[in-house]
Amino acid sequence: MADPGPAMGETPLSGLLPPSAIRIGASADDWRSAVRASGDALVASGVTEDAYTDEMIATVEQLGPYIVIAPGIALAHSRPSPAVRRAGISVVTLARPVEFGHRENDPVRLVVGLAAPDDEGHVTALATLADFLSDESRREALMTATTANAVRAMVVDFETKAASAR
Amino acid sequence: MYSAVKILAVCGMGLGSGLLLRMQAEKALKELGVQADVEVSDMGSARALAATADLILTSEELAQQLGGVKPRIVTITNFIDLREMVEKLRAAIG
Repeated sequence: MADPGPAMGETPLSGLLPPSAIRIGASADDWRSAVRASGDALVASGVTEDAYTDEMIATVEQLGPYIVIAPGIALAHSRPSPAVRRAGISVVTLARPVEFGHRENDPVRLVVGLAAPDDEGHVTALATLADFLSDESRREALMTATTANAVRAMVVDFETKAASAR
Repeated sequence: MYSAVKILAVCGMGLGSGLLLRMQAEKALKELGVQADVEVSDMGSARALAATADLILTSEELAQQLGGVKPRIVTITNFIDLREMVEKLRAAIG
């Protein structure tokens, strides 16, 4: 994109991922409870209501495990709905990897929850998160973090460096 | 003067993985020096929009559900791996 910085109305990743939306070592026995954990984290941060978590699960039931977007990483989300109050992202690391039924990217160790009231306001945040996760050492650091604040600090640090590099 | 390639990034809802595909495709196209317009579509409108697209980007799972469409379908396994996107786009249009 031509515009190097966040566009008008675009919230940076740090603005969409508060510590209350980060869960470390969540227990999940199957993909439904893994998605639910990411939905609960969105609810905990005030972004969504419980109904959106059900919608995220229904999305996988309808369309399959395509939300497993990279080895070990699921992007749980559904479409804009009345149960979404504002844009938000959650990050949940799983205590034990979970099978989603994806042919190549299973098992999932990290579930990113995404809620959006429209199709644009979270673009910058999602781009930053994808950049962050594209590096294996950063991914491992996130997976082995022991506190939500540590994860949040990594993300803020990455975002700050990315901004100053522009 | 060539007209820009039209690419349709298809995902389930039109705002999560499809956006990632668009972002990655735009980076990859820049690297390849190819002029293209990348548009995001959800599964619901993909078949209609496919009529005017030159190439479709999506996951293996959704490609199967999309079935027969006119444009060539390129499937991406790792949505955050720029190398995979660059190599597959190079093979398809480069």
